[in-house]
Amino acid sequence: MTTMTTTTKTATTVLDASGVTMRFGGLTAVRNVDLTVNAGEIVGLIGPNGAGKTTFFNCLTGLYVPTEGKVSYKGTVLPPKPHLVTQAGIARTFQNIRLFANMTVLENVLVGRHTRTKEGLWSALLRLPGFTKAENASRERAMELLEFIGLADKADHLARNLPYGDQRKLEIARALASDPGLLLLDEPTAGMNPQETRVTEELIFAIRDQGIAVLVIEHDMRFIFNLCDRVAVLVQGEKLVEGTSDVVQSDERVVAAYLGTPFEGAPGAEEVAEVEAAEAGATKTAGSSADTTSTEEEDTR
Amino acid sequence: MTTNHTTAPGAAPFLAIPAAAARIGTLAGAAVALVGTFLAWTWTSEFPGDLTVTGYPGGLQVLTLISAALTLLFALSGYGIRGLGWLTPGGTNSPVRLLALGTFGTTGYTIGAIAYDLGGVVNLEPGAWVSGIGALIAAAAALGLPGDQPLPNTTAAGAWQRFRNSLGAPSAPRAKALPDWAEILIIVVSFGIGLQIFAYGIDTDYTELFIGFLITVGFGFTALHRAGLVSRLTTLTTKHRNITLAAALVAAVCFPFTQQKEEYALIGANILIFGTVALGLNVVVGLAGLLDLGYVAFLGVGAYAAALVSGSTMSAIGVEFPFWAAVLTGAAASLVFGVLIGAPTLRLRGDYLAIVTLGFGEIFRLTVNNLNGNSGPDLTNGSQGIPSIPDLNFFGFDFGLKHDILGFTLGRSANYYLLMLVFTAVVVLVFRRSGESRIGRAWVAIREDETAATAMGINAFRLKLLAFALGATLAGLAGTVQAHVNYTVTPEQYQFAGSVPPNSAFLLAAVILGGMGTLSGPLVGAALLYLIPAKLQFMQDYQLFLFGVALILLMRLRPEGLVADRRKQLEFHETDQLDLPEPRQSEETDAGIAKAGA
Repeated sequence: MTTMTTTTKTATTVLDASGVTMRFGGLTAVRNVDLTVNAGEIVGLIGPNGAGKTTFFNCLTGLYVPTEGKVSYKGTVLPPKPHLVTQAGIARTFQNIRLFANMTVLENVLVGRHTRTKEGLWSALLRLPGFTKAENASRERAMELLEFIGLADKADHLARNLPYGDQRKLEIARALASDPGLLLLDEPTAGMNPQETRVTEELIFAIRDQGIAVLVIEHDMRFIFNLCDRVAVLVQGEKLVEGTSDVVQSDERVVAAYLGTPFEGAPGAEEVAEVEAAEAGATKTAGSSADTTSTEEEDTR
Repeated sequence: MTTNHTTAPGAAPFLAIPAAAARIGTLAGAAVALVGTFLAWTWTSEFPGDLTVTGYPGGLQVLTLISAALTLLFALSGYGIRGLGWLTPGGTNSPVRLLALGTFGTTGYTIGAIAYDLGGVVNLEPGAWVSGIGALIAAAAALGLPGDQPLPNTTAAGAWQRFRNSLGAPSAPRAKALPDWAEILIIVVSFGIGLQIFAYGIDTDYTELFIGFLITVGFGFTALHRAGLVSRLTTLTTKHRNITLAAALVAAVCFPFTQQKEEYALIGANILIFGTVALGLNVVVGLAGLLDLGYVAFLGVGAYAAALVSGSTMSAIGVEFPFWAAVLTGAAASLVFGVLIGAPTLRLRGDYLAIVTLGFGEIFRLTVNNLNGNSGPDLTNGSQGIPSIPDLNFFGFDFGLKHDILGFTLGRSANYYLLMLVFTAVVVLVFRRSGESRIGRAWVAIREDETAATAMGINAFRLKLLAFALGATLAGLAGTVQAHVNYTVTPEQYQFAGSVPPNSAFLLAAVILGGMGTLSGPLVGAALLYLIPAKLQFMQDYQLFLFGVALILLMRLRPEGLVADRRKQLEFHETDQLDLPEPRQSEETDAGIAKAGA
């Protein structure tokens, strides 16, 4: 399995995942994946459905404990507890939006501030001197974030009543509230129209400009190749290739994995065999979610 | 700021009567019913309340009088008379309809009760007929008033649907801002009236009067709600929350001064205990979303701890702590039990947690039952419980004696009521302050989506344990007072479901009935759940049955509880667009544009 890494050695590594393997019983969802994200970088993670992208994400954020391998953030190994990972500085969004639906927009962001504030129960009950100050500071920071994301005028709305695109944005704002060094976005543009996708793209650039590294899972190839400095391709739980968008786009294995058909021209017998093996494996491992491949084929070109 | 007056075209009335005739009929009927209350309704004072006097109303007649007077007032407001418009910012005709029906209900019930109690309608005097016919005319005519809101689908509306619709009303538009002092005055007056009504309800000497009271208040409150006055008041109370709390506290302090009878003050004290514990449970259930079916065990732990150190002769530990130390002991014991039970169980979610807590609640009761010296060490005296807990004594103020304060006599129960009120105030403060903090937000976040909450850096287990322990401590606090109020603690007080309210099922019911996650909800729910069974002794045998029926009806008609959290209200009534907050943004138009992508 050759991997082509184009990491610039000068940048500091924010996230370093090495040899991450995740098994569910007999099924290996992620196998021996290495990935690094450097400061100020936007890294994309693509792959067909069922390739293990979200599982890999969950390993990074402590929702799953990887069977093998370790994940370290800025040099320290991350503890396998989601709240500690967030506290360390990795924030995430979810593939299917998981906002606190019956809280207001502002409250959602304030919950995101949880790890960066200290006021405990006694402080709240006795209204100790620090309490009001901390509360006001949190609100101020939350409003700043809503301003940044463009939802400041809807701060008092319930999250469930926001239009879909705004809910996605709010999830990002909530994640940013924990002052992360690395933001993990799980399909931030799923279900968005082209205009909204473009807005999200700009938003992610703006986040990067604040010095926050971004790791993003996405199916929209145009979006990912515009956005990312580096793209890693995950197929059947293994990292197939990693590199700049040109490298990835021109890699025939990626195309094969996505199209599921032999490369145009005259494919060699071994390539056909490889693709067929990949397909057989994909249907076996991915099970029900093997509808795959055909939807994204135009985008890979 | 327009109110639908007579000119506004509403839906077709339930009964086809010309609107003008219907209005005059309602007015005349209500007036006749009102006059009738000044006449004698029966010839003998055997029927309680003495309805034999011509000249001034008594007992149930007063309820008819009040109901009829309100009907008149609201019917006049429907004419658009200047100065009465504020009565009906929401619906105009539906409150009249409800009040007229309420008058008819109260009067009809009274007539029925007289005839039943004394054996036949011959026992009715003309006054009863005058009021009864007047109320009937008013109710019938009121049904002929046009509806306040159009029918949802005009094609296939059955009679029942049309009837229900005729009682509905649109919500009131936003009120003009009054000067602060006026708004505060309105709050204070409202709480004064509320106290009066509540005290009257507790004061009712006989079952008939209490049922009449329930009918009148039920219809009256719904009418005020339809008229939009309740939502107006809610707006004011949310604006001036501290003043509202202070007014509520003052009203609660005034309560024992309105009660002359010891047993009614005791009802007040018990309601307060029940409400306080329910509010503690609301931290666990309403905020953190942990369904705890064994909560009453913590009340029991507090009560037993206080009883053991109270200096009772039957206590296995022969010590007498001062009350403050007993309170701390009770709270600490509950806290310890809360952590001990919570630590292993809180890793479970949802239904599993409910079953396990239910089990722990029963384990507490059985353990206490068995610590009697025979089947275990003698600590709690088994099923006998710990009796003869001495009354408290603060600096020579003996809680067991009567005291004269400002010309009012406060008995034992009133003393304990006031003591319990201090605890209630503490719990209210704890609930409010914890709810509006970083911790409270984290609790709600866990309730909403635990996985997302942990991904936001919330240590879900720790915070759930904190909620559980805090709830347990609050229940333990209430338990220490309960032990003294009841003189005795027995295991049977702390079972899952029983006939005397503070038990797990009723506590949970009080929270759900009142409104989860709200401050006033559990208190209102507890008051109703305690007062109604306590007053209606005759249906003691059917209590749990009726309780079940009431819960089913409530879940069908108002699933968010009596006092609705704004969020909950939205959750259950998706179509209502009450959710939009005060317009603080100028342009709301672009809100819908981005929806296309959804």
